[in-house]
Formats: sequence, C-alpha cells, structure tokens
Amino acid sequence: MQAKKRYLISLLTGAFLVLLFYFGGGVPGPAATGSRSRHGYSRPEQPWPHFSDPLQHFSPWDQSDTEEYNVHISPRQKRDVNSSVYKGKRCRMQSCFDFSLCQRNGFKVYVYPQQKGEKISESYQNILSTIEGSRFYTSDPGQACLFVLSLDTLDRDQLSPQYVHNLKTKVQSLPLWNNGRNHLIFNLYSGTWPDYTEDLGFDIGQAMLAKASISTENFRPNFDVSIPLFSKDHPRTGGDRGYLKYNTIPPFRKYMLVFKGKRYLTGIGSDTRNALYHVHNAEDVVLLTTCKHGKDWQKHKDARCDKDNAEYEKYDYREMLHNSTFCLVPRGRRLGSFRFLEALQAACVPVMLSNGWELPFSEVIDWNTAAVIGDERLLLQIPSTVRSIHQDKILALRQQTQFLWEAYFSSVEKIVLTTLEIIQDRVLQQTSRSNLMWNSHPGGLFTLPHYSSYLGDFPFFYAELGIKPNPKFTAVIHAVTPLVSQSQPILKLLVSVARSQYCAQIIVLWNCDKPLPAKHRWPATSVPIIVIEGENKVMSSRFQPYDSIISDAVLSLDEDTVLSTTEVDFAFTVWQSFPERIVGYPARSHFWDNNKERWGYTSKWTNDYSMVLTGAAIYHRYYHFLYSHFLPSSLKSMVDQLANCEDILMNFLVSAVTKLPPIKVTQKKQYKETMMGQSSRASRWADPDHFAQRQTCMNKFASWFGGMPLVHSQMRLDPVLFKDQVSILRKKYREIERL
Amino acid sequence: MCASVKYGSRGPALIPRMKTKHRIYYITLFSVVLLGLIATGMFQFWPHSIESSAEWSLDRRSVHDAPLVRIPMSSPIPERGDLSCRMHTCFDVYRCGYNPKNKIKVYIYPLQRFVDEVGVPISSTGLSREYNDLLSAISDSDFYTDDVTRACLFIPSTDVLNQNSLRIRETAQALAMLPRWDKGMNHLLFNMLPGGPPDYNTALDVPRDRALLAGGGFSTWTYRQGYDVSIPVYSPLSAEVDLPERQPGPRRYFILSSQTAIHREYRVELERLKEENGEALLLLDKCSNLSQGLASVRKRCYKGQVYDYPQILQESSFCVVLRGARLGQATLSDVLQAGCVPVIMADSYILPFSEVLDWKRASVVIPEEKLPEMYTILKSIPHRQVEEMQRQARWFWEAYFSSMKAIGMTTLQIINDRIYPYAARTYEEWNNPSVVKWSSVNSPLFLPLIPPRSPGFTAVVLTYDRIESLFRVITEISKVPSLAKLLVVWNNQNKSPPEAIDGLSLDQTHMVERSECINKFASVFGTMPLKVVEHRADPVLYKDDFPEKLKSFPNIGSL
Repeated sequence: MQAKKRYLISLLTGAFLVLLFYFGGGVPGPAATGSRSRHGYSRPEQPWPHFSDPLQHFSPWDQSDTEEYNVHISPRQKRDVNSSVYKGKRCRMQSCFDFSLCQRNGFKVYVYPQQKGEKISESYQNILSTIEGSRFYTSDPGQACLFVLSLDTLDRDQLSPQYVHNLKTKVQSLPLWNNGRNHLIFNLYSGTWPDYTEDLGFDIGQAMLAKASISTENFRPNFDVSIPLFSKDHPRTGGDRGYLKYNTIPPFRKYMLVFKGKRYLTGIGSDTRNALYHVHNAEDVVLLTTCKHGKDWQKHKDARCDKDNAEYEKYDYREMLHNSTFCLVPRGRRLGSFRFLEALQAACVPVMLSNGWELPFSEVIDWNTAAVIGDERLLLQIPSTVRSIHQDKILALRQQTQFLWEAYFSSVEKIVLTTLEIIQDRVLQQTSRSNLMWNSHPGGLFTLPHYSSYLGDFPFFYAELGIKPNPKFTAVIHAVTPLVSQSQPILKLLVSVARSQYCAQIIVLWNCDKPLPAKHRWPATSVPIIVIEGENKVMSSRFQPYDSIISDAVLSLDEDTVLSTTEVDFAFTVWQSFPERIVGYPARSHFWDNNKERWGYTSKWTNDYSMVLTGAAIYHRYYHFLYSHFLPSSLKSMVDQLANCEDILMNFLVSAVTKLPPIKVTQKKQYKETMMGQSSRASRWADPDHFAQRQTCMNKFASWFGGMPLVHSQMRLDPVLFKDQVSILRKKYREIERL
Repeated sequence: MCASVKYGSRGPALIPRMKTKHRIYYITLFSVVLLGLIATGMFQFWPHSIESSAEWSLDRRSVHDAPLVRIPMSSPIPERGDLSCRMHTCFDVYRCGYNPKNKIKVYIYPLQRFVDEVGVPISSTGLSREYNDLLSAISDSDFYTDDVTRACLFIPSTDVLNQNSLRIRETAQALAMLPRWDKGMNHLLFNMLPGGPPDYNTALDVPRDRALLAGGGFSTWTYRQGYDVSIPVYSPLSAEVDLPERQPGPRRYFILSSQTAIHREYRVELERLKEENGEALLLLDKCSNLSQGLASVRKRCYKGQVYDYPQILQESSFCVVLRGARLGQATLSDVLQAGCVPVIMADSYILPFSEVLDWKRASVVIPEEKLPEMYTILKSIPHRQVEEMQRQARWFWEAYFSSMKAIGMTTLQIINDRIYPYAARTYEEWNNPSVVKWSSVNSPLFLPLIPPRSPGFTAVVLTYDRIESLFRVITEISKVPSLAKLLVVWNNQNKSPPEAIDGLSLDQTHMVERSECINKFASVFGTMPLKVVEHRADPVLYKDDFPEKLKSFPNIGSL
C-alpha cells in the first residue's frame, strides 16, 4: 500500500505540474503569435532590435560640402526674396519691419497727433498717454522706430458703441502709414457674434498687432504681441498690489477649484462652459454658471438652466476668488477673459481652459511657472490634475502669480511698457533680455538690457547664478565747493575712505564752478583718485553711470560727510549681504499728511525710516544706470533745477524695483550736527525752502510712480556685539561705538 | 489540489499518525509543488528575456531580414503638412490619457523595407546608423511601449533624416501605408537635412498630413510653434572625437571660422574682417592638398598651415556658424562641444530646442547683414558673460546635442511637456548646469518667499527641562501684540528637572555636543550651509541717546 500510495502521489504531482506549466507558461503564447502573424514577422514585437550590420551615416561626409559649392544664389538675394514674399499673415520682423529706422535714434515711439472730432475710449487714451509719458516717446516722426495710431482700434466689435467707423479710409489717408510698416496696433476685441473672427475689419498691412485673445493660428510669432484683456477700470499707473498677504503651509485654501460666470448655451465657445457642471461637486470644486445674460436668454434656455441659476446665486464670486487654490479660466466667446487677470491678482492659480489661446506676453513669460495649462478636451481630468499638483509647486505657482501681476499686469502702463519692451528686445537682438530676467524678480521692466546682457552684472541674480558681487567698491564724492584749505572735510573724507580695505578707487565728481584744483592738492592715497568734471554741473550727474566705476558697489558721498574707515568697512560688509538695496547711514522717513492730503517728509529721529540718503550710502552701480536711463527726463530736470531731491528720487527708484526698504547701518548721530556747522551745504539745509522743496519732490515722484514705492523699516543693522557689555577688545568694529 | 481533497475527506487525524519517513516524503512533495509554482510564476512574468536572449544568440539581426513591402503606384499620398496645425487641433490627446507618471507612451513601427512597384527602394541609404541609434535609444527609454493600442505617439521606422537620400513621393506613400497612420495623427518624424536643390526648403518636403516634425533647420515660416520641434543637425564627429572640457576663459583666437563651404559673399566679408583685426581672427578652409574622404573632414587649413578639426575650435572664444544652403548646420554641434561660443548668423533660423533652451545664455545671434560688425559686437560682451556662455555652450552639448539618444530624448521630453504642462520641466531644469542646481533646490524653503504683509507670527519655544525660564518666556512673549500663536515643543521624555536654572550654556559637554552636531550636519549637507555675517539687526533707535519712552522697542537691549 505504501508503495502504491507513493506512486499515486508522485503521479498526481506530476500531472499537477504539467497542468500548471501549461496554463502558466502557455499564456504568452497566443499574444506573441498574434503579433507575429500581423506583420508576417518571424519574431514577436519587442524593443527596437540591435542590428549587427554596418549602417551608413545619414549624411555622407562630403554631402554638405558639395551642396554648398553648388549653391549659386547669393545669400543677400535670398534675404531679399524672403522679405518680399512673406507678408500679411506670414509677416515676421525680418520681412515686415524696417530695423534701420531704429538704428539711427534707438527705440523711439511716435504717437500720431489726435484729430479733432475723433472719439477715443478711456482705455485707449490711457495707452496713448502712457506711451507719451514714457522714455520711448518722441514727437518727431523722423526719429521714430515705431508708430502708434491715435485712432482707437481697441474695440473692433461692430455691435459695440465704441466701434470706430471707416477706419480703413482713415488709416489709408495717414501720410506716414506706409502700408503699416513699423506700426503697432492695439486691440482688445475683434469680430462679433456669431463667429467672432480675429479680423480687425480693416487692412492692417504690415503692422504689428498687440492684441488680446489672439489664437495661436493667427499669432505671428516674434511679430505680434499677445496682451491680456483688461477692463476700462484698469488703473492707468501704479495699480493695486497682489492680494497675497501671507503664505500658509500647506498652501491649500477652502476651495480647490472655482469658477463663476456666464454660460452661452449655443454657439462658439459654449461647449466648455456648458460641460462644467460635470466637474462641479459643490464642496471643494465649485463651478457655477448662469444662463442669464442678454435679453432673450429664456428662449435658448436648456433643462439645466434653472438649477444652475439657483446654484449660481448661492455663492459670492469675490469670496470664492480669495479662498480658492485654483481658479478656472475657461474661454468665453473669445479666447481670453477677465477672469485671467482677476485670478492672477488674487493669487488664485489660473487653470486655463482655452485651447489655442496664445497667452499674454507668451514670448517672454514662462506661464508654466504661474498657471496650469489645461486642455478643453480633457475637462473631466482637470480636478484630478489639480489635485495631483504637489504643495511645493502650488506655493511656487502662487508666488509667481503675484510677481507677474505686479511686474507686468497691474496697470495699463505696465501692460503697454511690457509690449514695447518686448518689441525693443527684438530690435536689440543679441543684447536683449534673457528668459531669467523676464521671469524672476524684479522683472523685465526694471532690467535694462543696454546696461549689460550678463546676469551677473545686475544686483538681482547673484543667488541664482551662485556668485557673489565684486568684493570692492568705488567711492564717488560729489564736490561742490572749491578747494581752498587743507582742513576741508573732503580731504579728511578722502583719506579715511581710501584707507578702507575694500576700496578700489575714489572718483571725485567736480560739480563746482571753479576750475579743477591742481593734482598735487589731493592727498596721497594708496588707491587711485579719479577726478571727473561734471558735464553740466547738475545734480543728476552724481548718478551718471561712469565707465570708470569698475566695481559692483558704489559708495556715494557728499563732500562734507564725516565717515570713518571702520564705518565704511562695516557698511560694505552689510551691503554684500544685501546687494540689491541701499545700505547707508543717514536715514529719513516719509509719512502721509492727513491734513494736507499729501506725502510728508521728515528728518526727525523716528522709530522707522524709509530712505537712506545718498550722502553716505552704498548701492549697486546698476542703479546709476537705472537712474539715468529709466527715469523720465521730467523728473531728472526737476532735480537739476532745484539742485535738490536727487537722493529722494534714488530711494524711490530702488524701492520701486526691490519693493523693500533701504538698510540703515549703525546710528551716525553726528551726521546732522556736523551738517549744520558746515558752510555750503549747511546753508542749504538751514533754508526752509529746501525742506519744502523736498516735500514737493516726494509728491511729484509719487504721482509719476503711480503710488508710494517707499517702504518703512524698523530695523537697523549694527555690528554684532555693538554696545554690548563685553570688553571692547573683543569687538571688531570698535571704532563705531566711540563716535 | 486534487490530492488535498482526496486526503482531506479522511480528516486531519491521518497526519499525526504518519511516520517520520512519510512526513519527509510529504515535505519533499510540497516543496516540489511549491518550486514548480514559483518557477511557473517566474516564467509567467519574465518571459521576454528568457525567450529573447535565447533567440538573440541564434540569429544576429540584420536590416535585410525586415519584410519587403511593395508600394503600389496608386497608393494614396498624404497631404502636405498643414501650417496651421497646433496641438489642440491636429493632435489627439485622448490617446495619451491620464496617467500618474505624466509620461507619454511611444510606439515604434517595426522595420520594413519599402520598395516601389519595380522593386527600387524608396531610400538610397535605407536605415541610417543615426536613425537606428535614435530608435534603439527610444525603445530603451521609459517612453517606449510595445503595445500599439496604448501608444500616444507613433514613430515610423522609415528613416527620413536626410531628404537627399529619399524619393519624396514614395516615402510619403510608405508613410500613409502605416497601419495607424490615420492622417498622420500623433506621428512624429525626425528630419535633420530638409529640402533639396535649388532652393532648399526649410522643412521636410515629404507630404506628411498632420504628423509632427522634429526638424533641423526650420525657419520661422515653416516652424509651427508649439507643434513642431526644432532639433539640431547631429554631427557624427561628436561620437568620434573626444574633446575634454576646457576651463572657460580667454582663448588664443577671438573669432574662428571653420566652415568649409561658405558662400563667396560671406567669405569676402570675413576676409575683410580678418584684415582689419589680424591675429584675433582665424579663417579656416578646406585643405586643398589633402585627399578627399574621411581624413579631410578632420583637417582645416589656413595658408598652407594645417589644423586639426574639431580640436582647433577649443582655441577660440567665439566660433562662427553661418547659414549654408540650409539653416541648420552640423558645425553648431562641434562648436558647442568645444565650449566655443557660437556666433549664429542664419536669419529666421529657429534654434534647436528653442522652445525650452535659453540660447541667449549660450550663443550670440547676429543678423546676416551685420556680419561686418561682428567683431565690434562681440568685443562689447563682458568677459564674465563670455565665460558663462562657454560653460553653458558645453553644457548644452552634453545634455542635448552629444548623441542621437540625447536629441531623441529631448524631443520626446518637449512633446511630453506640452501634453502634461503642469508636470513640465522648468526653465531651471532645462538651462542650469548641474553645478548651479544645488543652490536652486525646489523646496519651499528655497523659494524666494514674498514677505508676508500681514502682521503676526507664530512663536515656537523649544524646551528641555527648564520650566521656570519657559514660563518666563511664555509670559513675556504673550505680551507681544503681533503674536498669532505660541507653540511649545516639550523635548523632555524622562522628566528630570535640572538643578541649576542656567546650567545649560555653562555645561561644557553641551557645547561639545553642539559642535559635533554642526559637523555632522555639515557633512550631511556636503558643505557648510551657514553663513557668517558681522551685522545684527537692532531697532532703529537702539541704545541711542533718546528718550526711552519715545522708542518703539525700549526694552530691547535692557533685557
């Protein structure tokens, strides 16, 4: 029996194994044979085989050579052919733009004079006055590189009351039109019900378009500019800041995704909004539509309308906007919608559902860092897509919305200037801004490419590039009084600054009417002293970007400043940690004067400050360039005429760029007293007019900047161990305490 | 299973009665069954490698084994590429589906040899070495799928890298015969040398319906932005020559021109520049005395002097890349490999991978008509930027130009980024050399946080044993008006109150321990992340001779 049992079991096991083998190992069989039979191939489909035979190169060694030698057509001819063939919808800068106009006088924009009787909408008026107030403006068409019409082209919807009739003949009759060459046309709305074409209703010739809601098919890359749709209430200058007040971690808000808007029921662009209810869950994904718009909406009403309308009324749009992580931006009749800018400002990450929309300023802005680009065809995936986005990414997206809003969108001025700068970048070609300059703080409008195309020359990118500013500074002393005695403060100042271990050179800017003193009158120092005679002896010349400034840091000094070597050294070490700010000694503050309803200026000792005067301050040399090239001549000539306020203007400028306050280093309490004792400068300070002028300046500046850029700070940076009760010998900057 | 049922009916009483001998027997039996199961399972899930490795050794694969397909004369020809195609109009996104990895699946058609009715092949070269490299790289990558039904992107195995070796009409017919062609939807073609004499179109002339084109040498008029991908023209030299990376910095020559077949018009202008600026320029040409063929490719001459190419490129700061008959030039790849900054003069050329690469940081683009001003333009670029560009140029080559694999993977990644834009690689990932990467780690801690504009902060108090001072801290801090929340971290697990209140900092071992911590942390970070500063922040009127009650923070400094 034992043997029998054993025999049976082994038999069974054997059978079992065979069965297993058949079912297990046999499974891939049919699949493999299936694919085999498909192409009559002897093997199953699988990764690309590794062929053993020697294969030829795709291009024989001599192919290109022989080809090139056989080309007889001259490259110059070829260029001419290209520029004559590619017109109209195929316009590019090479074929439809005359670069030579820009080479003569730089990038200047001419605005046609407004004709009597022509109605211009408020928005277009804002655009024109922005250009006229910008540094690009020229009133001489002979100098211009770009021309902007004074005919309102913003609204080309025939049904709109703003529609300008007979534009075609009006444009053709312009003497400088030249078939639209080097012209820029702004447009927000084009086409009308039912097809909403992107045609402007007149022949734009070779003109460039700065257009909202432009589609990728009609967009001529590197020729047109896509601008955002903005409402007529959009502020002309300044503009509100973004609404992000603080970051929360994790960054989730009450709602995940929201939308509230009209639904069109039928016609172009209605599909997406009609389908939104599929995704709506009334909890964290709230997508609301209403059928109520127009007069006869009841006629087209569908089965969902009543339910949707009721749900729509339950929620407040602003509440949702501010409490949602993502905001849906679906297309309307046209591709762009107001939702886009609203979401951006509210730090609600836009989720785009507008297939084929060339996003605003897409030529320079990397929208993947601030928005989620969805696909209308994949609406149902949108909730899971946004949920899959990691918290870190949400935080990064949210912050980028704020940066982009403040840098390019918050006012009509910014939108227009961005448009012009993009076109200027094309004209400048190889010296234009890099992607990093456009997409990181402080943005393309404040990063002037003529200064340098190298990122490391700007104060903003040191961390990004992993480099440090040059460890030396150049002192610039503003001299206004003649050199008569050897005990003048400027000589003492020269000596103590020259003694600083970080000093590379000293520039004396001679803005005095008397002739330059003889060379031997200057003290002997270990660093070179360069004397530059101010061109027109005006105030602004102290912020000229002189070529002789070789270091990144500039120590700006008045001739009567009293400063010790230790103070200079310490301020410079602080500046190295904050290279984008003004770091210095004398601080001042601004305040809002409720009675006079204007900004006030104070030099009183207060608990905070918002300016550090350039009589003793270190800042990046880029700000010299920005002061000379970014600010309009109206402000600079005001400074020159008053011979005052240049330091306030510099503080306005730097704070507008950085959105941060300057940095005051250790109290220099003698500053004020020594001032009073001095001759030339003191008289100015004692003058009550001087103070009144500074108040006027502040208000003038604030109106040009479109708001008050200055930021208050309550912090002062002192040396570690400053005034601590430890032995003075342990302190590195002990001289500072003795002052 | 049958066995267990059979014996199971007799009940469990049987087993204890079994002898040791039987027990061993059963154990052996079960192990055999178990082993059998495991073996089957392995076979089930691992069939390909077992099968294919056996098969590979048997037949070495050859392109001549690929099946021959005859194209009938009347076979349909696809339409010419539609210039208005964009991802949302000509690409079927449903095939890519939603997947948590956000990765597209790419299918490669098996190799076929297409011939026309009389048996003449459609291509003079057939499968080229480069296209073979490209396809095997894709098939080895994560993108690859062998399941045609799951694929989102299809790559024909017909080699169209060089239009010169193609018969246009027949190639187009061959493409249309592909089983999943469907008007070219979701098909990707790779082409590096487009057009042919006399006017050299800038995109592949093969009619291709809606297929995407990864092309070398697009001009702004043929490139469908956001749909096509501009790729480099691969230089076979990059695989053959090993140029070690060179430290960026000034080189022997300032500008070097190494292209051999420059149009007369340009050569005259270059020579004029050379006359004006002398030694700073080196104008190389083909060596006339050398025999034709491969050797001549590796040599360049100037007035009888012979230079090794591409080694000589490393001796120059800037290297000229002029357009030829085509806009895309293989020289660009050699120049980048040498870490020489390319000076690209090819109007309307769409630079390789321009959708993601920031060429302004690695090259100088000058309009052709400004060739005479080249020297002054280049001289105006700051030295530090030139070094940065040299580094960036080399990095571009390594990452995106060095092999057909790099080119193929970059192309697929770009398309992938369009389909899953929310998971796209960032500008930094595309453009920053790995050296810099460390400083821009993608963590919220490293983000340039926008400073909060609302008052209020959370206080975190870390406590260990010192209850009294803890209470003091809490009472003091809670007086602060801007305190939003106070968080106490109780670190004492054993609860043993200290004897001396301020004993902690006096305790020598404490400081030693903390030094050890710092060293440990620094070694984990690989560097010392802490930075030394010599300043500290104080209130504006800190310790100033000023009435205390007028100060905002009068108590600071007196604590």
